[in-house]
Amino acid sequence: MAPQIEPSAGFKFDNVKRNQLLGDKGYKLPTATKTGTTIVGLIYKDGLVLGADTRATAGPIVADKNCEKIHYLAPNMYCCGAGTAADTEFTTNMISSQLALHSLNTGREPRVVAAMTMLKQHLFKYHGHIGAALVLGGYDSTGPHLFTVYPHGSTDKLPYVTMGSGSLAAMSVFESRWQPGMSREEAVEMVKDAIEAGIFNDLGSGSNVDVCVITKGNVEYLRNYARPNERVEKEQSYRFRQGVTEFYAPRAARRGQDTAEMDTSA
Amino acid sequence: MSIMQYNGSAIVAMAGKDCVAIAADKRLGQRALTVDTDFQKVFPITDRTYVGLPGLATDVKTLYDRFRMRVNLYKHREERTIEPKTFSHLVSHMLYERRFGPYFVEPIIAGLDKNDKPYICGMDLIGCLDFAKDFIVGGTASDNLYGMCESLWEPDLGPNDLFETISQALLAAVDRDALSGWGAVVHIITPEGVITRDIKGRMD
Repeated sequence: MAPQIEPSAGFKFDNVKRNQLLGDKGYKLPTATKTGTTIVGLIYKDGLVLGADTRATAGPIVADKNCEKIHYLAPNMYCCGAGTAADTEFTTNMISSQLALHSLNTGREPRVVAAMTMLKQHLFKYHGHIGAALVLGGYDSTGPHLFTVYPHGSTDKLPYVTMGSGSLAAMSVFESRWQPGMSREEAVEMVKDAIEAGIFNDLGSGSNVDVCVITKGNVEYLRNYARPNERVEKEQSYRFRQGVTEFYAPRAARRGQDTAEMDTSA
Repeated sequence: MSIMQYNGSAIVAMAGKDCVAIAADKRLGQRALTVDTDFQKVFPITDRTYVGLPGLATDVKTLYDRFRMRVNLYKHREERTIEPKTFSHLVSHMLYERRFGPYFVEPIIAGLDKNDKPYICGMDLIGCLDFAKDFIVGGTASDNLYGMCESLWEPDLGPNDLFETISQALLAAVDRDALSGWGAVVHIITPEGVITRDIKGRMD
């Protein structure tokens, strides 16, 4: 039988025992990148608006100052992600691929409830171990829809929602100002203000505001719609004089240096 | 102590004007005991794509072998060399496949794409990609490297200036980290070829 060299579907667990052993020996297992995050969504007169900040954190360190948290799901559907960054990225990617096949099979535009159901069934299957907290929004044949999906697989359907560590700050803006039947300008402005409330009041959120406006048959992805934290230009340059770094004589090409030929050494 | 601190490492990648650089220290330790002072942590994937693997040394070796196998298979199937962006997604998927039992490495990828455009990216141990236009850092000295790079990096550095900037950033960072250092290697990737230099550093 030929050795299996092609990737197989699903997760692999062959490192789990080793890692557990290391954990038992007292080595702390590292934490993954989180998206501290403020993400929001709201429904207005002609559709819905999604919003997100752009900070990714690894513990107290800002890992990415301008990451993308509004993920593409389908031409009429986008999804904001909070929680474990890799989980939000890969979960939305996988559902996006399944939605594409689904709409190819049915010959129809995918419905938001379909995406919501696929997401919650996937997350529930993993009992919350996949740490993805999502705000799902889209416009389909049945109108605009806005959902929140929690890591354990529960969902809410509401006219205005917030999620992530900045959700309280953002919700305070929505609770005081949201009303039914708002205009596009009012909606986008309020989403921007809600995200900025998170950026400035929640340490897990920061940098810029991304906005996505979804209406019937149209999507406007406004990347970095607001940039309230621009770095001022450096006044002086720390460029080093060429030649200050001491180095040994350039070494002969190391094994594997020239990979025009395939490296197949054991 | 975290398992990421067991062997010690410091790796940094920087983007310049039509060039990229990736640099790493050479120490391999077992906690505070230094075992090797010429341990390879940055590996060539193609002539113009390099990967740096900070983290647990056993996983560094395992993963490099797996990457090499997958890149060779890619070359056979596609009859072309893998692009840095494609490679980073390959790595990302290989790491996320082990979401619940990860390899303890935070890969850093630096290269030039087919249009000679600089490409650098990093990821966490379960494959969450971090695209940056300036620099990517990793390893036990990553906090120090963040500080150095935030102040030293500037846009549009040529290959010679980029070499000085990345070397000085790395040297200063590892001098304040007990677990990394003992010499360093810098690769400058340009459209004309790769310049590899072993830089002098403190050996304590």
